[in-house]
Amino acid sequence: MSSIDTGGGDSVHKKGPGVKKAKKLSTRVDMTPMVDLGFLLITFFIFTTTMTTPTTLDLNMPKDIKDLKDQTEAKESGVLSIMLGKADQVYYYEGKLVVDATGNNFKSTTFKGIRDMIIKKKKEVMSRHVHDETCAKTQERAKAKGDPDWEKACDDRDFIVIIKPAADATYKNTVDILDEMTINQVRTYAMVKILPDEVALIKKTEETAGIK
Amino acid sequence: MPSVKLPRKSTDTDMTPFVDVAFLILSFFMLATKFKPPEPVEITTPGSVNSQKLPENNAVMIIVDSSNRVFFSVLSEKDKSKFDAIIQDVNSSQSLGLSNAEMANYRQTFAVGVPFGNLKQLLGLDTKSQEVLKVPGIPVLDSANNQLFWWVAAAKKAFAGEKLNYLIKGDAKSKYPTFEAVISALKRNDEFKYNLVTALDDVPNNSELDLYNRKNLK
Repeated sequence: MSSIDTGGGDSVHKKGPGVKKAKKLSTRVDMTPMVDLGFLLITFFIFTTTMTTPTTLDLNMPKDIKDLKDQTEAKESGVLSIMLGKADQVYYYEGKLVVDATGNNFKSTTFKGIRDMIIKKKKEVMSRHVHDETCAKTQERAKAKGDPDWEKACDDRDFIVIIKPAADATYKNTVDILDEMTINQVRTYAMVKILPDEVALIKKTEETAGIK
Repeated sequence: MPSVKLPRKSTDTDMTPFVDVAFLILSFFMLATKFKPPEPVEITTPGSVNSQKLPENNAVMIIVDSSNRVFFSVLSEKDKSKFDAIIQDVNSSQSLGLSNAEMANYRQTFAVGVPFGNLKQLLGLDTKSQEVLKVPGIPVLDSANNQLFWWVAAAKKAFAGEKLNYLIKGDAKSKYPTFEAVISALKRNDEFKYNLVTALDDVPNNSELDLYNRKNLK
């Protein structure tokens, strides 16, 4: 077998007089500068790298309809209107906005509370759902789209969320509420312009609650 | 008394495994790094649970920064001639009287954030000076003078026959009216499908989406 002569076999190779023994150089290399440079590069790449890859949220808006009779009508009992105000406040009411002497159905909450409200309302609307002949069509459409839950596709057809961000709402609020639609699997939702009555109510609520 | 001789240990440690790991990490970061494209403004996007990937080509990106300034940019790495088509269209529709050199400079301009009146000044500068220039953003809030409409119209013409994505990259702190004005500029161009750029958030535990994913994505 061959082996590398490490020069360690002095006992075998007897050197004659006058033959100078070559100075043994260490094979070890000082790695410190290389490691220094390595870590410098690591730090550089860690700082420059962007780990969070951006994702996208799809948003589909309807065409503006001029003619009132072309508008889709929604069942009042299945509608939840959500308004976004300043300081991450959320306001909502179910069905139609009722303001009379005894008070109103206009309530305020936060982003944490609105999720429970959406879930509650969705359950309530779904419990009232009655199957009829138009349901078969909806189910078939969902099946063709490849929805594994196509059998349930019709159950929440009356549940509609209307999102109305006020002028003080931030873009984050808007994205958050749209995200809430995905999280709670709300099939039908729309983003519309806020009404003056609602703006007034938000203002009043903000004044009494001292929200700036 | 005989003294106990402690064996002297070398203070040298073998650094090889350490160096191995360090270089492994280094190579990982070198390969995983994708340099950020230059951006005129820093944008902190809000989070969402959607995990859809961002289209990087054939897209119009509308940026809204934290002080509600609107920027318009076109992502078209493969076909740079689109930039020329867009700026020529804007030049003629707004009769800005840009020179050929200024129009050629549009290719290097990442995002435009000036009203039409200041466009000549912006394109007269090189990329470095453009970055430091304080820009007011494209005017959108006045619906009679929503200049973004013209930019989108120009892009739509330049990309006619191809799929064009509309990306809206808004800062979390920007206000809703600006976003609404951006949407209305797109709507007036008969475009109703947009992609909002977001960062990835976790799906909340036991929410309906979470249950749906667990059931169907096995």
